[in-house]
Amino acid sequence: MRDVDIKQTNAAGAADTVSLKQRAYRIRRHALRMGEVQGQGYIAQALGFADVLAVCYFHALTYRAGDPEWEGRDRLYLSIGHYAIALYAALIEAGVLPEDELETYGGDDSRLPMSGMAAYTPGMEITGGSLGHGLGIAVGAALGLKRKQSTSLIYNLLSDGELGEGSTWEAVMSAAHHRLDNLIAVVDFNNQQADGPSQDMLCAEPLEDKWRAFGWHAQRVNGNDIDALTCAFDTARNHDRARPRAIICDTRMGKGVPFLESRERNHFLRVDAHEWAQAIDILDRANAQS
Amino acid sequence: MIASLDAGGAPTVDAPFGHALNDAARANANIVALTADLSKYTDLHVFANANPSRFYQMGMAEQVMLSAAAGLAREGFTPFATTYAVFASRRAYDFICMAIAEESLDVKIVCALPGLTTGYGPSHQSTEDLAIFRGMPNLTIIDPCDATDIQMATRAIAAHRGPVYMRLLRGKVPDVLREYDYQFELGRVKLLRDGADVLFIATGLMTMRALQAAEQLRADSIDCAVLHAPTIKPLDVDGIREAASKTGRLVVVAENHSRIGGLGEAVAAELMRADIHPRFRQIALPDEFLDAGALPTLHERYGLSVDAVVTRVKKWLEA
Ligand SMILES: Cc1ncc(C[n+]2csc(CCOP(=O)(O)OP(=O)(O)O)c2C)c(N)n1
Ligand SMILES: [Mg+2]
Repeated sequence: MRDVDIKQTNAAGAADTVSLKQRAYRIRRHALRMGEVQGQGYIAQALGFADVLAVCYFHALTYRAGDPEWEGRDRLYLSIGHYAIALYAALIEAGVLPEDELETYGGDDSRLPMSGMAAYTPGMEITGGSLGHGLGIAVGAALGLKRKQSTSLIYNLLSDGELGEGSTWEAVMSAAHHRLDNLIAVVDFNNQQADGPSQDMLCAEPLEDKWRAFGWHAQRVNGNDIDALTCAFDTARNHDRARPRAIICDTRMGKGVPFLESRERNHFLRVDAHEWAQAIDILDRANAQS
Repeated sequence: MIASLDAGGAPTVDAPFGHALNDAARANANIVALTADLSKYTDLHVFANANPSRFYQMGMAEQVMLSAAAGLAREGFTPFATTYAVFASRRAYDFICMAIAEESLDVKIVCALPGLTTGYGPSHQSTEDLAIFRGMPNLTIIDPCDATDIQMATRAIAAHRGPVYMRLLRGKVPDVLREYDYQFELGRVKLLRDGADVLFIATGLMTMRALQAAEQLRADSIDCAVLHAPTIKPLDVDGIREAASKTGRLVVVAENHSRIGGLGEAVAAELMRADIHPRFRQIALPDEFLDAGALPTLHERYGLSVDAVVTRVKKWLEA
């Protein structure tokens, strides 16, 4: 039996979907407020990935908000350190971090640095940011959890850009070789990297086929569709073969704020001072209508 | 991710590396360029836009980028490969060492975010790249100071045959050396100003800081020389020994790098080998993983700001 504080095992019903949507809305809102503090940053990623994070923290993960190092927790690794703003928003929503701390985002001596680091932030499991590390560390953690007879799962959040790193594919092979059925890789396929669209950088397709050929259970879903995500996470968790699981999430950068969705060069967005309030207002109004 | 460097009111030049590489490429049809998803962040987009057929986007895959650079060099081309300093030195070290340096291939590795030039924390702060690369035989290592230096060094390394690692300031880069009678020469130090009390031996952006510190110290009647050492390897041993042998000066080596394994220790070793023993101090980053935060705060905290340099030199002279 797992020690369960927050847990919903079944695919979400209609009532849950509403609340997960609310969670995603609030995660987006926290992220925009942090973005406003710095005036720029990885805000399009946070908006695009908010639905996945809502499903992680309010549907899939087992954790204790007040005890982020609780041994029985599921581990969530943010390999993509530059997505820290997105994870802080989720940790605030999950009650791991206090909401007023978002004012300190990226500032001197803040617990919320621009790139995610384990020593700074409760709930940030690893220091990411040198991309291509997370999945390998997750392989070792998955082995360690098994050695301890733990039933905790380990989730590694990675990006389409990280699929270019050789280290990622070494870890993909290793996880399958060691039959790590306690490891779930969640890939944010937003088709964006620093220099442009991912498909122009280093072609990763056909993605699902690749992960399957490497011995994984692989699914590809619309990462901005909460119902599809809850199903995919449930399928991944409940799959009964001894293999690692991948959920490839196609997301839209800037999701929820149309004028940011359509902005070019959105890997590192610059947003004018007055546009932050505008963006939050758009979110608020969409939420009120839903 | 674009960290802007305090120019101390100096004029700036936009993307000096990209434009200088275009000039070099016009003269040499064998020059090609590669990046690992960081052309816009290493000013290589300027080259890519002007020479699309000579540009290879390798994706975020630093290891294959550098292996492929080796392959291009084997076939007679001169590849310039760009990424951030941390990813060349930490991720791709073995590929640079065995595929490129061991055969002395004509590959130029040009890397942004050297030392402490971003507040993102250790994942992007290349505090030990000089230490890592100084141990690699055959490799030439350059740490230019400003836009003028970058432009001249880019042309020089394009003309030089053999592997080179060059640290890069990108974007709007301060331009200070044009006020001096300065020419970049591979493997040579250059005296930018003379002085009787202190000899700064500085490299990279710390030469800028040393020049400003020297101005401020003059107000306190402290007379500082600034010797700029843009080539870390091969070090201009004669030039450094000659400057440091002038008696009575405090020698201060200033670098945007860990105090371990960079210019400071290289200079100290060369002076000891020649029985030259001046008073010697280092301005360098501590042997620590550095904090995240705003860059000016961090430069102050870790002693790279002009004010921090001035304060410490005064303290050393009083002692
Ligand atoms: C090993 C490594 N190489 C390069 C970088 C610089 N970098 C930071 S984010 C990024 C883009 C990577 O693609 P992705 O994570 O898909 O970008 P996004 O979706 O956030 O635009 C790059 C190249 C890095 N952090 N780590
Ligand atoms: Mg991406």
